[in-house]
Amino acid sequence: MTDQDLPTTDTAAGADDPVLAELAVLFPDARFERFEPPVGPAQDVVHVAPADYLDLVTAARNAGFDTFVDLCAVDYLWRDPRFEVVVILGSMELRRRLRIRVGVGGSRPTLPTITWVFPGANFYERESFDLYGVTFDGHPDLTRILLPDDWEGHPLRKDESVGSVPVQFKEAHKAP
Amino acid sequence: MSDTPNVVTGDFEAPTIKPPTADESQPSATAERRREIHDIWVAGTEEPSWVRQATDEGSQEMLIAGADQAIAVQEGTVVSDDYVVQDDSDADERQILNMGPQHPSTHGVLRLHLELEGETIRRVKPIIGYLHTGMEKTAETLTYLQGSTNVTRMDYLSSFHVELAFALAVEQLLGVEIPPRGQAIRVLLTELNRVSSHLIWLATQGMDIGAISMMLYGFRERELCVNFFEKVTGLRMNHNFIRPGGVAADLPDGWEDDVEFLLEKVPAGIVEYEELLNENPIFLDRTVGVGVITPEECKAYGVTGPTARAAGLGWDLRKVFPYSGIDQYEFDVPVGRHGDVYDRYLVRMEEMKQSLRITRQALETMPAGDYRSDDRKVTPPPRKRIDESMEALIHHFKLFTDGFKVPAGETYQAVESPRGELGVYLVADGRSRPWRLHVRAPSFNHVQALPVMLTDSLIADSVATLASIDPVLGDVDR
Repeated sequence: MTDQDLPTTDTAAGADDPVLAELAVLFPDARFERFEPPVGPAQDVVHVAPADYLDLVTAARNAGFDTFVDLCAVDYLWRDPRFEVVVILGSMELRRRLRIRVGVGGSRPTLPTITWVFPGANFYERESFDLYGVTFDGHPDLTRILLPDDWEGHPLRKDESVGSVPVQFKEAHKAP
Repeated sequence: MSDTPNVVTGDFEAPTIKPPTADESQPSATAERRREIHDIWVAGTEEPSWVRQATDEGSQEMLIAGADQAIAVQEGTVVSDDYVVQDDSDADERQILNMGPQHPSTHGVLRLHLELEGETIRRVKPIIGYLHTGMEKTAETLTYLQGSTNVTRMDYLSSFHVELAFALAVEQLLGVEIPPRGQAIRVLLTELNRVSSHLIWLATQGMDIGAISMMLYGFRERELCVNFFEKVTGLRMNHNFIRPGGVAADLPDGWEDDVEFLLEKVPAGIVEYEELLNENPIFLDRTVGVGVITPEECKAYGVTGPTARAAGLGWDLRKVFPYSGIDQYEFDVPVGRHGDVYDRYLVRMEEMKQSLRITRQALETMPAGDYRSDDRKVTPPPRKRIDESMEALIHHFKLFTDGFKVPAGETYQAVESPRGELGVYLVADGRSRPWRLHVRAPSFNHVQALPVMLTDSLIADSVATLASIDPVLGDVDR
């Protein structure tokens, strides 16, 4: 995966939207995009720096995106910052979605937790920690959720191998 | 997308045997505490103390602390006077009950740490991961064509929905349009899948609260649906039928009669179950006012589907973000009011009827034409063409060895599964395998929200509540 074929989104006007314009005023550094897939509805995406992440999530919540939908991490191995945490918020009143993408890098990728804004993020942050090793500051219980507690490593990182269990067939050692 | 709001149907006035809002009519200390615990706080204000209580690891420590005390008393290093009532001796009266992972009513391998005070649940901690098989990692090693074999095993009771979400996400990045017949087949199968999944829920919900006969009845009708799936896809479960680019095959000959047969048998069964359960005093006692969740809590915890609709949120992705041409069909979205187990029951029963209504329309309006896209870079050529066309042979070979390439990009596509919003977040890097595939599983959120529904309720209700959110642990752990 080189820089050329990194996933990108179509940059288009997103800030002329009244709801997003409100957020754009509050966060001048955030980059608003509208991804229009060839098929299906357009999707609003906002890129934000880790420092503004918690504030943006809180502001989005106050702007009407009050439904927690999804949180996950992505490992872009050769990109800097290496990891990206993707939060999807929804609004039942506005009938729309907002996808927040925040890059996080370093040897210990850390973000503030949004569990206090959206309690539903609790398990998802634990999952991201478990599978990607992204830590969330201030999380009430940042422990492994899917893997056993004594597991070493974070298996969904791109530098972790898929691994395999050698299968010993019954007749393997018998002479033909 | 039509501008009409979600239609509220059904009369959800609970029968008057027991008022569903008993908690509110006679506020008790428990109800006070419950309300306090169920408050949603506003971000930026002071963080309330109960949040940590609901989720932290403290339950185990508490038991150990209690054990230390008990050992000290036994060894004689501490003298305790039984006649003195200690105000802060709350912890000593609590016990931890470990429910699962091997428990008939945990619907799989879910483990619940229940901290009990007498028969009242004071704290719940769901512990998951027993069924984790790293399917999201596996997805990164499979081509897009193989991907649906993988995702269909996630939510194994509603396989078609997971396949559909995956296929739609891939098609979004590919820009492939599915012909009307392909879309209609998808709608037909997913809606029947909703019925079969809800029938399993009805069976297990009934059995969990003691109506053993429901188990047999639910499976009886579900068997009819599954037989139809077998005829169409070749498999009873994990069909791998809805694939990027369309569906795997056309409907078999005589499918109309099979669907007609289903539409005759299943509604009759549903009517029978409603007669059995709707006003059954035992069923009402076990479900009305049990496991309540409020709309605000649903939003904050990401609870969707029938559970959220029972709480009064008129939110159905089929209406709001229509996919696969579902907006051409006429159906209503039932919405409850009280957010308890009984309302979830009513909502799901009505949903089954609405799904059968869609099935009827799909049967009557099934368009003719191709069942998959004719983009040969995405779907394999017909068998006949391979013998006569070199190009078709190459396409076929490339498709099944290398797979098709998806342009770089990322997208999120959600469908309304029987459990709630089932979303696929897909990152493609321009190659034939996904760079990242994340599945937003509805059961994951619902299990997470269990402490909200269970805290300060009776232990006997935990089983009814757990069954009512209809968790599929394959979906939770992935």
